[in-house]
Amino acid sequence: MNRWTLFALRVGVALVLLTAWHLLTAVPVGGKKLLDPFFFSTPIDVLARVWKDFYTGTIWRHLGITLLETVLAFVTGAVGGIVFGFVFARSAIVAAVFDPYIKAANALPRVVLAPIFMLWFGLGIWSKVALGFTLVFFIVFFNVYQGVREVSPTILANARMLGMNERQLLRHVYWPAALTWMFSSLHTSVGFALVGAVVGEYMGSSAGLGYKIHEAESVFDVTGVFAGMVVLAGFVIIIDMFVTAVENRLLVWRPGAQSTTAQG
Amino acid sequence: MGDNTSTPAAVALRAVSISFRLTDGGTYDAVAPTDLVVAPGEFVAIVGPTGCGKSTLLNVAAGLVLPSTGRTEVFGKPLAGLNGDSGYLFQQDALMPWKTAIDNVAVALEPKGVPRPAALERARAWLDRVGLRVFAERYPHMLSGGQKKRVALAQILIRDPTILLMDEPFGPLDAQTRQIMGNLLLDLWAQDRKAVLFVTHDLEEAIALADRVVVMSAGPAARIVGDYPVALERPRDIAEIRTEPRFHEIHKAIWAKLRGEVQKAYAQGEGRSA
Repeated sequence: MNRWTLFALRVGVALVLLTAWHLLTAVPVGGKKLLDPFFFSTPIDVLARVWKDFYTGTIWRHLGITLLETVLAFVTGAVGGIVFGFVFARSAIVAAVFDPYIKAANALPRVVLAPIFMLWFGLGIWSKVALGFTLVFFIVFFNVYQGVREVSPTILANARMLGMNERQLLRHVYWPAALTWMFSSLHTSVGFALVGAVVGEYMGSSAGLGYKIHEAESVFDVTGVFAGMVVLAGFVIIIDMFVTAVENRLLVWRPGAQSTTAQG
Repeated sequence: MGDNTSTPAAVALRAVSISFRLTDGGTYDAVAPTDLVVAPGEFVAIVGPTGCGKSTLLNVAAGLVLPSTGRTEVFGKPLAGLNGDSGYLFQQDALMPWKTAIDNVAVALEPKGVPRPAALERARAWLDRVGLRVFAERYPHMLSGGQKKRVALAQILIRDPTILLMDEPFGPLDAQTRQIMGNLLLDLWAQDRKAVLFVTHDLEEAIALADRVVVMSAGPAARIVGDYPVALERPRDIAEIRTEPRFHEIHKAIWAKLRGEVQKAYAQGEGRSA
Protein backbone atom coordinates (compact mmCIF):
# COMPACT_ATOMS: atom_id res chain seq x y z
CA MET A 1 0.00 0.00 0.00
CA ASN A 2 1.10 3.52 -0.77
CA ARG A 3 2.41 5.43 2.27
CA TRP A 4 0.01 8.32 1.79
CA THR A 5 -3.01 6.06 1.30
CA LEU A 6 -2.10 4.30 4.51
CA PHE A 7 -1.71 7.62 6.31
CA ALA A 8 -5.04 8.86 4.97
CA LEU A 9 -6.78 5.68 6.11
CA ARG A 10 -5.27 5.97 9.57
CA VAL A 11 -6.41 9.59 9.90
CA GLY A 12 -9.81 8.49 8.57
CA VAL A 13 -10.25 5.99 11.41
CA ALA A 14 -9.52 8.73 13.95
CA LEU A 15 -11.95 11.15 12.27
CA VAL A 16 -14.76 8.56 12.21
CA LEU A 17 -14.31 7.76 15.91
CA LEU A 18 -14.05 11.43 16.94
CA THR A 19 -17.09 12.37 14.85
CA ALA A 20 -19.14 9.58 16.41
CA TRP A 21 -18.05 10.69 19.86
CA HIS A 22 -18.89 14.28 19.04
CA LEU A 23 -22.33 13.45 17.61
CA LEU A 24 -23.25 11.31 20.60
CA THR A 25 -22.16 13.79 23.25
CA ALA A 26 -22.59 17.27 21.75
CA VAL A 27 -25.49 17.11 19.28
CA PRO A 28 -28.96 16.81 20.83
CA VAL A 29 -31.26 14.24 19.22
CA GLY A 30 -34.88 15.05 19.95
CA GLY A 31 -33.87 17.59 22.58
CA LYS A 32 -31.65 15.09 24.44
CA LYS A 33 -27.97 14.18 24.10
CA LEU A 34 -27.48 10.45 23.74
CA LEU A 35 -24.45 10.40 26.03
CA ASP A 36 -24.15 12.69 29.01
CA PRO A 37 -21.06 14.92 28.56
CA PHE A 38 -20.60 14.88 32.32
CA PHE A 39 -19.67 11.19 32.09
CA PHE A 40 -18.23 11.08 28.57
CA SER A 41 -16.96 14.63 27.97
CA THR A 42 -16.73 15.76 24.33
CA PRO A 43 -13.81 15.55 21.89
CA ILE A 44 -13.65 19.33 21.54
CA ASP A 45 -13.47 19.85 25.29
CA VAL A 46 -10.78 17.20 25.60
CA LEU A 47 -8.68 18.68 22.79
CA ALA A 48 -9.14 22.17 24.26
CA ARG A 49 -7.92 20.86 27.62
CA VAL A 50 -4.88 19.19 26.04
CA TRP A 51 -4.11 22.45 24.22
CA LYS A 52 -4.46 24.41 27.46
CA ASP A 53 -2.20 21.96 29.33
CA PHE A 54 0.57 22.47 26.77
CA TYR A 55 -0.14 26.17 26.21
CA THR A 56 0.09 27.06 29.89
CA GLY A 57 3.00 24.63 30.25
CA THR A 58 1.61 22.80 33.29
CA ILE A 59 1.92 19.42 31.56
CA TRP A 60 5.66 19.60 30.87
CA ARG A 61 6.71 18.97 34.45
CA HIS A 62 4.47 15.90 34.68
CA LEU A 63 5.65 14.57 31.30
CA GLY A 64 9.25 15.08 32.32
CA ILE A 65 8.82 13.18 35.57
CA THR A 66 7.01 10.27 33.90
CA LEU A 67 9.70 10.16 31.20
CA LEU A 68 12.46 10.16 33.81
CA GLU A 69 10.79 7.31 35.73
CA THR A 70 10.27 5.33 32.52
CA VAL A 71 13.87 5.73 31.41
CA LEU A 72 15.26 4.85 34.84
CA ALA A 73 12.97 1.81 35.14
CA PHE A 74 13.93 0.64 31.67
CA VAL A 75 17.68 1.13 32.13
CA THR A 76 17.89 -0.52 35.57
CA GLY A 77 15.54 -3.34 34.55
CA ALA A 78 17.42 -4.00 31.31
CA VAL A 79 20.83 -3.97 32.98
CA GLY A 80 19.61 -6.31 35.73
CA GLY A 81 17.91 -8.59 33.23
CA ILE A 82 20.99 -8.78 31.01
CA VAL A 83 23.36 -9.54 33.91
CA PHE A 84 21.12 -12.18 35.50
CA GLY A 85 20.16 -13.61 32.11
CA PHE A 86 23.82 -14.15 31.29
CA VAL A 87 24.65 -15.68 34.67
CA PHE A 88 21.68 -18.05 34.55
CA ALA A 89 22.29 -19.09 30.97
CA ARG A 90 25.97 -19.81 31.56
CA SER A 91 25.50 -21.67 34.85
CA ALA A 92 23.12 -24.63 34.77
CA ILE A 93 23.25 -25.03 38.56
CA VAL A 94 22.21 -21.45 39.32
CA ALA A 95 19.41 -21.73 36.76
CA ALA A 96 18.14 -25.00 38.22
CA VAL A 97 18.21 -23.79 41.84
CA PHE A 98 16.50 -20.46 41.23
CA ASP A 99 14.05 -21.62 38.57
CA PRO A 100 10.96 -21.96 40.86
CA TYR A 101 11.70 -18.64 42.58
CA ILE A 102 12.04 -16.77 39.31
CA LYS A 103 8.80 -18.24 38.07
CA ALA A 104 6.99 -17.44 41.32
CA ALA A 105 8.29 -13.87 41.39
CA ASN A 106 7.31 -13.31 37.78
CA ALA A 107 3.81 -14.67 38.34
CA LEU A 108 3.15 -12.12 41.12
CA PRO A 109 0.85 -9.27 40.02
CA ARG A 110 3.03 -6.16 40.32
CA VAL A 111 0.18 -3.93 41.49
CA VAL A 112 0.30 -5.59 44.92
CA LEU A 113 3.93 -4.53 45.18
CA ALA A 114 3.19 -0.85 44.62
CA PRO A 115 2.15 -0.04 48.24
CA ILE A 116 5.20 -1.93 49.57
CA PHE A 117 7.50 0.06 47.31
CA MET A 118 5.89 3.28 48.51
CA LEU A 119 6.65 2.30 52.10
CA TRP A 120 10.22 1.44 51.19
CA PHE A 121 11.09 4.16 48.69
CA GLY A 122 8.62 6.92 49.57
CA LEU A 123 6.20 8.81 47.33
CA GLY A 124 8.91 10.23 45.04
CA ILE A 125 10.09 8.80 41.75
CA TRP A 126 11.99 5.81 43.18
CA SER A 127 8.92 3.77 44.14
CA LYS A 128 7.71 4.12 40.52
CA VAL A 129 11.12 3.20 39.15
CA ALA A 130 11.07 0.10 41.37
CA LEU A 131 7.66 -0.92 40.06
CA GLY A 132 8.77 -0.46 36.44
CA PHE A 133 11.96 -2.34 37.22
CA THR A 134 10.07 -5.45 38.36
CA LEU A 135 8.18 -5.44 35.05
CA VAL A 136 11.12 -4.77 32.72
CA PHE A 137 13.56 -7.03 34.54
CA PHE A 138 11.68 -10.26 33.87
CA ILE A 139 10.99 -9.54 30.21
CA VAL A 140 14.64 -8.77 29.51
CA PHE A 141 15.84 -11.58 31.78
CA PHE A 142 13.85 -14.30 30.01
CA ASN A 143 14.80 -13.01 26.58
CA VAL A 144 18.51 -12.75 27.30
CA TYR A 145 18.45 -16.16 28.99
CA GLN A 146 16.83 -17.65 25.91
CA GLY A 147 19.14 -15.78 23.56
CA VAL A 148 22.34 -16.96 25.23
CA ARG A 149 21.08 -20.54 25.52
CA GLU A 150 20.01 -20.75 21.91
CA VAL A 151 23.15 -19.52 20.21
CA SER A 152 23.65 -21.69 17.14
CA PRO A 153 26.02 -24.56 18.10
CA THR A 154 27.70 -24.26 14.71
CA ILE A 155 28.47 -20.55 15.16
CA LEU A 156 29.81 -21.33 18.62
CA ALA A 157 31.94 -24.26 17.44
CA ASN A 158 33.26 -22.13 14.57
CA ALA A 159 34.20 -19.28 16.92
CA ARG A 160 35.98 -21.74 19.19
CA MET A 161 37.84 -23.24 16.24
CA LEU A 162 38.95 -19.72 15.32
CA GLY A 163 40.69 -19.73 18.68
CA MET A 164 38.41 -17.40 20.63
CA ASN A 165 38.72 -17.47 24.40
CA GLU A 166 35.78 -17.05 26.78
CA ARG A 167 36.01 -13.28 26.79
CA GLN A 168 36.09 -13.08 22.99
CA LEU A 169 33.19 -15.55 22.73
CA LEU A 170 31.22 -13.35 25.10
CA ARG A 171 31.93 -10.25 23.06
CA HIS A 172 31.50 -11.64 19.54
CA VAL A 173 28.95 -14.43 19.99
CA TYR A 174 26.98 -14.48 23.25
CA TRP A 175 26.53 -10.74 23.62
CA PRO A 176 25.20 -10.02 20.10
CA ALA A 177 22.94 -13.08 20.31
CA ALA A 178 21.52 -11.93 23.64
CA LEU A 179 21.09 -8.37 22.37
CA THR A 180 19.05 -9.60 19.43
CA TRP A 181 16.60 -11.23 21.78
CA MET A 182 16.56 -8.23 24.06
CA PHE A 183 15.75 -5.92 21.18
CA SER A 184 13.03 -8.23 19.95
CA SER A 185 11.32 -7.50 23.28
CA LEU A 186 12.27 -3.83 23.38
CA HIS A 187 8.83 -2.51 22.48
CA THR A 188 7.24 -4.63 25.17
CA SER A 189 9.76 -3.76 27.85
CA VAL A 190 9.71 0.00 27.18
CA GLY A 191 5.92 -0.15 27.27
CA PHE A 192 6.02 -1.93 30.61
CA ALA A 193 8.49 0.58 32.02
CA LEU A 194 5.90 3.26 31.23
CA VAL A 195 3.08 1.17 32.72
CA GLY A 196 5.09 0.77 35.93
CA ALA A 197 5.67 4.52 36.14
CA VAL A 198 2.06 5.55 35.45
CA VAL A 199 0.50 2.89 37.73
CA GLY A 200 2.91 3.90 40.49
CA GLU A 201 1.98 7.58 40.06
CA TYR A 202 -1.66 6.71 39.98
CA MET A 203 -1.45 4.91 43.30
CA GLY A 204 0.34 7.65 45.16
CA SER A 205 2.46 10.60 44.10
CA SER A 206 2.43 14.35 43.60
CA ALA A 207 3.56 14.54 39.98
CA GLY A 208 3.51 12.68 36.68
CA LEU A 209 0.89 11.74 34.10
CA GLY A 210 -0.58 9.05 36.37
CA TYR A 211 -0.98 11.67 39.08
CA LYS A 212 -2.67 14.08 36.64
CA ILE A 213 -5.22 11.44 35.66
CA HIS A 214 -5.84 10.41 39.25
CA GLU A 215 -6.26 14.02 40.33
CA ALA A 216 -8.87 14.61 37.62
CA GLU A 217 -10.72 11.42 38.53
CA SER A 218 -10.97 12.36 42.18
CA VAL A 219 -12.97 15.51 41.29
CA PHE A 220 -15.09 13.80 38.57
CA ASP A 221 -13.29 15.83 35.93
CA VAL A 222 -13.86 13.39 33.04
CA THR A 223 -12.45 15.86 30.51
CA GLY A 224 -9.23 15.96 32.55
CA VAL A 225 -9.04 12.15 32.61
CA PHE A 226 -9.47 11.92 28.85
CA ALA A 227 -6.99 14.73 28.29
CA GLY A 228 -4.45 12.84 30.42
CA MET A 229 -5.05 9.68 28.42
CA VAL A 230 -4.61 11.54 25.10
CA VAL A 231 -1.29 12.98 26.27
CA LEU A 232 -0.25 9.53 27.50
CA ALA A 233 -1.15 7.92 24.16
CA GLY A 234 0.83 10.54 22.22
CA PHE A 235 3.75 10.06 24.60
CA VAL A 236 3.68 6.26 24.02
CA ILE A 237 3.66 6.68 20.24
CA ILE A 238 6.65 9.03 20.34
CA ILE A 239 8.60 6.66 22.60
CA ASP A 240 7.72 3.73 20.34
CA MET A 241 8.95 5.59 17.26
CA PHE A 242 12.20 6.27 19.07
CA VAL A 243 12.54 2.58 19.97
CA THR A 244 11.90 1.56 16.36
CA ALA A 245 14.61 3.95 15.19
CA VAL A 246 17.11 2.52 17.70
CA GLU A 247 16.13 -1.03 16.72
CA ASN A 248 16.59 -0.43 13.00
CA ARG A 249 19.97 1.07 13.66
CA LEU A 250 21.24 -1.77 15.88
CA LEU A 251 19.70 -4.76 14.13
CA VAL A 252 20.71 -3.73 10.62
CA TRP A 253 22.21 -7.20 10.05
CA ARG A 254 18.92 -9.00 10.52
CA PRO A 255 17.09 -10.33 7.46
CA GLY A 256 14.24 -7.99 6.64
CA ALA A 257 15.44 -5.33 9.06
CA GLN A 258 16.58 -2.93 6.37
CA SER A 259 13.49 -3.36 4.22
CA THR A 260 11.66 -1.04 6.59
CA THR A 261 14.40 1.59 6.50
CA ALA A 262 15.04 1.27 2.77
CA GLN A 263 11.56 2.58 2.08
CA GLY A 264 11.82 5.64 4.28
CA MET B 1 50.93 -43.98 2.78
CA GLY B 2 52.08 -40.56 3.80
CA ASP B 3 53.33 -41.89 7.13
CA ASN B 4 56.94 -40.89 6.66
CA THR B 5 59.09 -41.47 9.67
CA SER B 6 61.23 -38.41 8.93
CA THR B 7 58.45 -35.80 9.18
CA PRO B 8 55.59 -36.35 11.60
CA ALA B 9 52.08 -36.55 10.16
CA ALA B 10 50.00 -33.38 10.15
CA VAL B 11 47.14 -35.29 11.72
CA ALA B 12 47.26 -38.88 12.91
CA LEU B 13 44.32 -40.71 14.44
CA ARG B 14 45.68 -43.71 16.33
CA ALA B 15 43.20 -46.49 17.11
CA VAL B 16 40.46 -43.89 17.58
CA SER B 17 37.01 -45.23 18.37
CA ILE B 18 33.85 -43.29 19.22
CA SER B 19 30.87 -44.52 21.21
CA PHE B 20 27.84 -42.54 22.29
CA ARG B 21 25.78 -43.18 25.39
CA LEU B 22 22.14 -43.59 24.49
CA THR B 23 19.25 -42.26 26.54
CA ASP B 24 18.12 -45.80 27.40
CA GLY B 25 21.48 -46.43 29.11
CA GLY B 26 23.06 -48.47 26.32
CA THR B 27 25.95 -47.39 24.13
CA TYR B 28 26.15 -46.94 20.38
CA ASP B 29 29.50 -47.72 18.80
CA ALA B 30 29.70 -45.17 16.00
CA VAL B 31 33.28 -45.74 14.87
CA ALA B 32 35.38 -48.87 15.51
CA PRO B 33 39.10 -48.37 16.32
CA THR B 34 40.50 -46.58 13.30
CA ASP B 35 43.91 -45.40 12.14
CA LEU B 36 44.11 -42.48 9.76
CA VAL B 37 47.16 -40.45 8.85
CA VAL B 38 47.34 -37.25 6.82
CA ALA B 39 50.83 -36.15 5.78
CA PRO B 40 51.76 -32.44 5.65
CA GLY B 41 50.53 -31.01 2.38
CA GLU B 42 48.40 -34.02 1.58
CA PHE B 43 44.78 -33.75 0.48
CA VAL B 44 42.77 -36.65 1.86
CA ALA B 45 39.06 -37.15 1.25
CA ILE B 46 36.86 -39.42 3.36
CA VAL B 47 33.79 -40.84 1.66
CA GLY B 48 31.18 -43.13 3.14
CA PRO B 49 27.48 -43.66 3.42
CA THR B 50 25.33 -41.16 5.32
CA GLY B 51 25.60 -41.56 9.07
CA CYS B 52 28.79 -43.64 8.99
CA GLY B 53 30.62 -41.37 11.40
CA LYS B 54 32.96 -39.67 8.94
CA SER B 55 32.06 -36.23 10.28
CA THR B 56 32.54 -37.50 13.82
CA LEU B 57 36.03 -38.64 12.88
CA LEU B 58 36.71 -35.15 11.52
CA ASN B 59 35.46 -33.61 14.76
CA VAL B 60 37.92 -35.81 16.66
CA ALA B 61 40.73 -34.44 14.50
CA ALA B 62 39.47 -30.93 15.32
CA GLY B 63 39.31 -31.67 19.03
CA LEU B 64 35.58 -30.89 19.09
CA VAL B 65 34.77 -34.51 20.01
CA LEU B 66 36.82 -36.62 22.41
CA PRO B 67 37.43 -40.17 21.19
CA SER B 68 36.28 -42.99 23.46
CA THR B 69 39.58 -44.80 22.94
CA GLY B 70 42.77 -44.01 21.08
CA ARG B 71 44.47 -40.67 20.60
CA THR B 72 45.01 -37.88 18.11
CA GLU B 73 48.42 -36.55 17.19
CA VAL B 74 49.06 -33.24 15.50
CA PHE B 75 52.54 -32.94 14.06
CA GLY B 76 53.66 -35.72 16.39
CA LYS B 77 52.26 -34.13 19.53
CA PRO B 78 49.21 -35.50 21.32
CA LEU B 79 46.18 -33.26 20.86
CA ALA B 80 44.74 -31.72 24.04
CA GLY B 81 41.69 -29.49 23.66
CA LEU B 82 40.90 -27.92 20.33
CA ASN B 83 43.21 -28.35 17.38
CA GLY B 84 44.75 -24.88 17.14
CA ASP B 85 46.75 -25.75 14.00
CA SER B 86 43.59 -26.41 12.04
CA GLY B 87 40.91 -24.43 10.29
CA TYR B 88 37.47 -26.02 10.17
CA LEU B 89 34.97 -25.38 7.38
CA PHE B 90 31.48 -26.38 8.50
CA GLN B 91 28.68 -27.71 6.37
CA GLN B 92 26.12 -25.37 7.94
CA ASP B 93 26.32 -21.59 8.10
CA ALA B 94 28.88 -20.75 10.73
CA LEU B 95 29.38 -17.03 10.04
CA MET B 96 28.33 -14.59 12.73
CA PRO B 97 25.14 -13.11 11.23
CA TRP B 98 25.63 -9.83 13.13
CA LYS B 99 28.97 -9.11 11.46
CA THR B 100 29.61 -7.97 7.91
CA ALA B 101 31.67 -10.20 5.61
CA ILE B 102 34.84 -8.24 6.31
CA ASP B 103 34.24 -8.22 10.07
CA ASN B 104 33.66 -11.96 10.04
CA VAL B 105 37.03 -12.44 8.36
CA ALA B 106 38.89 -9.84 10.41
CA VAL B 107 37.62 -11.17 13.74
CA ALA B 108 39.42 -14.46 13.05
CA LEU B 109 42.69 -12.61 13.66
CA GLU B 110 41.64 -11.24 17.05
CA PRO B 111 42.61 -14.40 18.97
CA LYS B 112 46.07 -14.04 17.44
CA GLY B 113 46.34 -10.52 18.83
CA VAL B 114 46.46 -8.73 15.47
CA PRO B 115 45.39 -5.07 15.92
CA ARG B 116 42.10 -4.28 14.23
CA PRO B 117 43.29 -1.92 11.48
CA ALA B 118 45.85 -4.50 10.34
CA ALA B 119 43.27 -7.28 10.63
CA LEU B 120 40.82 -5.33 8.47
CA GLU B 121 43.48 -4.71 5.85
CA ARG B 122 44.37 -8.40 5.67
CA ALA B 123 40.68 -9.36 5.67
CA ARG B 124 40.13 -7.09 2.67
CA ALA B 125 42.99 -8.78 0.85
CA TRP B 126 41.49 -12.19 1.62
CA LEU B 127 38.03 -11.21 0.43
CA ASP B 128 39.75 -10.09 -2.74
CA ARG B 129 41.36 -13.51 -3.13
CA VAL B 130 38.02 -15.31 -2.79
CA GLY B 131 36.43 -12.85 -5.23
CA LEU B 132 34.23 -10.94 -2.81
CA ARG B 133 35.88 -7.54 -2.73
CA VAL B 134 32.69 -5.62 -3.49
CA PHE B 135 30.66 -7.60 -0.93
CA ALA B 136 32.85 -6.71 2.05
CA GLU B 137 30.22 -4.60 3.82
CA ARG B 138 27.36 -7.06 3.34
CA TYR B 139 25.83 -9.09 6.14
CA PRO B 140 25.64 -12.88 5.70
CA HIS B 141 21.90 -12.90 4.99
CA MET B 142 22.56 -10.63 1.99
CA LEU B 143 24.99 -13.16 0.47
CA SER B 144 24.25 -16.29 -1.57
CA GLY B 145 25.17 -19.76 -0.31
CA GLY B 146 28.34 -19.82 -2.38
CA GLN B 147 29.35 -16.33 -1.28
CA LYS B 148 28.90 -17.31 2.37
CA LYS B 149 31.19 -20.29 1.81
CA ARG B 150 33.77 -17.97 0.29
CA VAL B 151 33.64 -15.74 3.37
CA ALA B 152 33.93 -18.81 5.61
CA LEU B 153 36.93 -19.99 3.59
CA ALA B 154 38.61 -16.58 3.92
CA GLN B 155 37.81 -16.56 7.64
CA ILE B 156 39.68 -19.83 8.07
CA LEU B 157 42.57 -19.23 5.70
CA ILE B 158 43.41 -15.78 7.06
CA ARG B 159 44.65 -17.53 10.21
CA ASP B 160 47.03 -19.54 8.03
CA PRO B 161 46.36 -22.94 9.58
CA THR B 162 48.60 -25.86 8.64
CA ILE B 163 45.64 -28.25 8.53
CA LEU B 164 42.25 -27.78 6.87
CA LEU B 165 39.33 -29.83 8.13
CA MET B 166 36.25 -29.70 5.92
CA ASP B 167 32.91 -31.28 6.70
CA GLU B 168 30.94 -31.59 3.45
CA PRO B 169 31.53 -27.86 3.05
CA PHE B 170 29.96 -27.59 -0.40
CA GLY B 171 27.11 -29.99 0.36
CA PRO B 172 24.32 -27.36 0.50
CA LEU B 173 25.40 -25.67 -2.76
CA ASP B 174 24.08 -26.26 -6.27
CA ALA B 175 26.16 -28.30 -8.72
CA GLN B 176 27.72 -25.37 -10.60
CA THR B 177 28.61 -23.46 -7.45
CA ARG B 178 30.18 -26.62 -6.06
CA GLN B 179 32.48 -26.85 -9.07
CA ILE B 180 33.45 -23.21 -8.81
CA MET B 181 34.11 -23.57 -5.09
CA GLY B 182 36.09 -26.77 -5.69
CA ASN B 183 38.34 -25.01 -8.18
CA LEU B 184 38.75 -22.04 -5.85
CA LEU B 185 39.72 -24.39 -3.05
CA LEU B 186 42.29 -26.14 -5.25
CA ASP B 187 43.72 -22.81 -6.41
CA LEU B 188 44.15 -21.57 -2.86
CA TRP B 189 45.49 -24.91 -1.71
CA ALA B 190 48.05 -25.03 -4.52
CA GLN B 191 49.58 -21.75 -3.31
CA ASP B 192 50.71 -23.20 0.01
CA ARG B 193 49.87 -26.84 0.38
CA LYS B 194 48.21 -27.41 3.67
CA ALA B 195 47.20 -30.83 4.91
CA VAL B 196 43.49 -31.29 4.12
CA LEU B 197 40.99 -33.74 5.51
CA PHE B 198 37.84 -33.40 3.42
CA VAL B 199 34.65 -35.26 4.31
CA THR B 200 32.06 -35.73 1.57
CA HIS B 201 29.43 -38.18 0.41
CA ASP B 202 30.11 -37.24 -3.21
CA LEU B 203 32.67 -39.66 -4.62
CA GLU B 204 33.29 -37.62 -7.79
CA GLU B 205 34.05 -34.54 -5.73
CA ALA B 206 36.42 -36.59 -3.56
CA ILE B 207 38.38 -37.95 -6.53
CA ALA B 208 38.51 -34.59 -8.31
CA LEU B 209 39.95 -32.84 -5.26
CA ALA B 210 42.04 -35.31 -3.31
CA ASP B 211 45.39 -37.08 -3.44
CA ARG B 212 43.90 -40.00 -1.58
CA VAL B 213 40.35 -41.23 -1.02
CA VAL B 214 39.51 -43.16 2.13
CA VAL B 215 36.30 -45.22 2.15
CA MET B 216 34.41 -45.83 5.37
CA SER B 217 31.98 -48.65 5.97
CA ALA B 218 28.39 -48.26 7.03
CA GLY B 219 27.78 -47.83 10.75
CA PRO B 220 27.48 -48.94 13.50
CA ALA B 221 31.13 -49.59 14.32
CA ALA B 222 32.20 -47.98 11.05
CA ARG B 223 35.79 -48.52 9.95
CA ILE B 224 38.02 -47.74 7.00
CA VAL B 225 37.49 -50.35 4.33
CA GLY B 226 39.48 -48.85 1.50
CA ASP B 227 42.32 -46.41 0.85
CA TYR B 228 42.87 -45.37 -2.76
CA PRO B 229 45.56 -43.07 -4.15
CA VAL B 230 44.35 -40.67 -6.82
CA ALA B 231 47.18 -40.45 -9.33
CA LEU B 232 45.77 -37.60 -11.37
CA GLU B 233 47.90 -34.69 -12.46
CA ARG B 234 47.70 -31.27 -10.89
CA PRO B 235 46.68 -28.55 -11.43
CA ARG B 236 43.23 -29.96 -12.01
CA ASP B 237 39.98 -28.48 -13.23
CA ILE B 238 37.11 -30.07 -11.37
CA ALA B 239 34.78 -30.01 -14.35
CA GLU B 240 37.26 -31.21 -16.96
CA ILE B 241 38.94 -33.89 -14.92
CA ARG B 242 35.73 -35.89 -14.82
CA THR B 243 35.98 -36.61 -18.53
CA GLU B 244 39.41 -38.25 -18.28
CA PRO B 245 39.59 -42.05 -18.68
CA ARG B 246 41.89 -42.31 -15.65
CA PHE B 247 39.21 -40.61 -13.53
CA HIS B 248 36.69 -43.23 -14.58
CA GLU B 249 39.00 -46.11 -13.70
CA ILE B 250 39.57 -44.72 -10.22
CA HIS B 251 35.89 -44.00 -9.81
CA LYS B 252 35.00 -47.52 -10.85
CA ALA B 253 37.46 -49.09 -8.43
CA ILE B 254 36.31 -47.03 -5.43
CA TRP B 255 32.63 -47.21 -6.28
CA ALA B 256 32.86 -51.04 -6.33
CA LYS B 257 33.75 -50.81 -2.66
CA LEU B 258 31.57 -47.88 -1.66
CA ARG B 259 28.43 -49.18 -3.33
CA GLY B 260 28.16 -52.19 -1.03
CA GLU B 261 28.47 -49.94 2.03
CA VAL B 262 25.90 -47.48 0.76
CA GLN B 263 23.46 -50.33 0.14
CA LYS B 264 24.13 -51.71 3.61
CA ALA B 265 23.48 -48.31 5.19
CA TYR B 266 20.34 -47.91 3.10
CA ALA B 267 19.01 -51.33 4.12
CA GLN B 268 19.67 -50.50 7.78
CA GLY B 269 17.93 -47.18 7.46
CA GLU B 270 14.88 -48.86 5.94
CA GLY B 271 14.87 -51.49 8.68
CA ARG B 272 15.18 -48.87 11.42
CA SER B 273 12.40 -46.66 10.22
CA ALA B 274 10.01 -49.60 9.69
